[in-house]
Amino acid sequence: MSESPYERTGPVITLQDVWASYDQGDVLESIDLEIYDRQLVALIGPNGGGKTTLLRVLLGLLAPKRGEVRILGQRVERARRAIGYVPQEIRFDSDFPVSAWEVARMGRLGRRGLLRPFNSEDETIVADALRRTGALHLRRRPIGELSGGERQRVYIARALAVEPRVLLLDEPLSNVDPEARSAIIELLPGLSQQMAIIMSSHDVGSILPHVHRVGYLNRRLVYYGAPQQAPEAIRGTFACPVDMDSEQCPCAVCTAAAQSQEALP
Amino acid sequence: MIEALQFAFMRHALVAGLLVSVACGIVGTLVVLRRIVFLSGGIAHAAYGGVGLGFYLGMDPLIGAVGFSLIAALAMGLVELRSRQRADTVIGALWAIGMATGIILLDFTVGYKADLMSYLFGSILAVPVRYLWWMAGLNVLIIALVVLFFKELLATSFDETFAVTRNVPVEGIHLTMVCMIALAVVMMMRVVGLIMVIALLTMPAAIAVQWIKSVKRAMVLAMLLSAFFSVTGLWLSYSLNLTSGAAIILVAGFSYLVSLSLYKLWPVSAPREEPADAATA
Repeated sequence: MSESPYERTGPVITLQDVWASYDQGDVLESIDLEIYDRQLVALIGPNGGGKTTLLRVLLGLLAPKRGEVRILGQRVERARRAIGYVPQEIRFDSDFPVSAWEVARMGRLGRRGLLRPFNSEDETIVADALRRTGALHLRRRPIGELSGGERQRVYIARALAVEPRVLLLDEPLSNVDPEARSAIIELLPGLSQQMAIIMSSHDVGSILPHVHRVGYLNRRLVYYGAPQQAPEAIRGTFACPVDMDSEQCPCAVCTAAAQSQEALP
Repeated sequence: MIEALQFAFMRHALVAGLLVSVACGIVGTLVVLRRIVFLSGGIAHAAYGGVGLGFYLGMDPLIGAVGFSLIAALAMGLVELRSRQRADTVIGALWAIGMATGIILLDFTVGYKADLMSYLFGSILAVPVRYLWWMAGLNVLIIALVVLFFKELLATSFDETFAVTRNVPVEGIHLTMVCMIALAVVMMMRVVGLIMVIALLTMPAAIAVQWIKSVKRAMVLAMLLSAFFSVTGLWLSYSLNLTSGAAIILVAGFSYLVSLSLYKLWPVSAPREEPADAATA
């Protein structure tokens, strides 16, 4: 699973010498990156290493200080209509009177535009997105009354309702219950057959067998390539979800690490 | 109360209370959801500068208040968008500057100024008929704006960052919102007064949001509650010879505290979850 068969079609995301900073200084330094259609890319790295910042740059929420970002051959602001986004966290009052359905339908805003109401096509697409994430049965419930995992499924459905060609997920596996975690992990490989996916995560262990590329960010892109070919120091950061001795552990992280160890000369 | 309606001023007061409830329900719900109560308070108090300007220039204070509160709303809205870390400080400053401007302009105004207190503390019993037409017109404008931009208002209230990624003109929607607050404030200033506007704007909506899990329905309930508070406050003020604006606010405040207590005791339970396989579009 290290190669995406779509690399010959040209990259959907290109970053050339991208620098980004906040008031306190540079957070991304000289990032060069090409991501292809139907690639599942995991961004890993330490806290403050720039994972979320890179996603913000890709969304056009933070303008790069230097360098160029092209998505689907266009500037970010123009390409944004085709980008689905699942944030790490949304802060809202628990009594905010909005249903899971209304939240998922917000994904259609970019397609509909101002002064045009949602139509039956939007309803069908939103229902399908909720069905794919296993959240259709939650649609009438207030978003504030859902568990972290249920909410995450609704947010992924909202991103899918965009009909994206690029899906950005910021720590989708954090703060979710084991059941939702399994559901999200099962969902991603199927989605990556239809779009490029960039997922930031502290723990890519469970999804590792399906990941085409791993990017290790620590201000700079220290490593970008197939997970199996990553230097040992980086492979060690593919957190083991089972947390056992790696020689005995049956988890995907340790299995992949053992396999790549054997493959190394 | 019925016998009181034989007086034209009471009928006008009742209509004013009902008209103001429409704006209160719609705008108040959005204010509560977007957590911009402080900004709304700033706009309400700054509007006093417009009242002072109206008196000073010898024109209708209502026109001065509309213009001044719209300018103050846009200034505060822009401050909140551009410098969020210090926005509350700047809004607090604009709040005070607006009021002080009104007071100073009134100092320079020659002639009788007894009507001033009615703008600060409300005077629903002295609402002229032309003012009712203004209120109706502003209601139509507010309803039209909310109907046109409802999905954008909802999305930016819930998750502004996501709305940006959908190319929603977030700044434009925010500025539209603060202009609606300014219009609602002007409508309410003769009913409860600029000082207490914020209470009537937020308390019916805060009650509604506690019990209703749909924004549209919460707006309707907030309208009905606002109308109930206005009519009840008016009746109390007539029966007990109280200041009407303060009576309306006390009814609203007492109801809010009761609602808050009841909600703590019996929070609204979520609708039952449907079985996953039974769910269809």
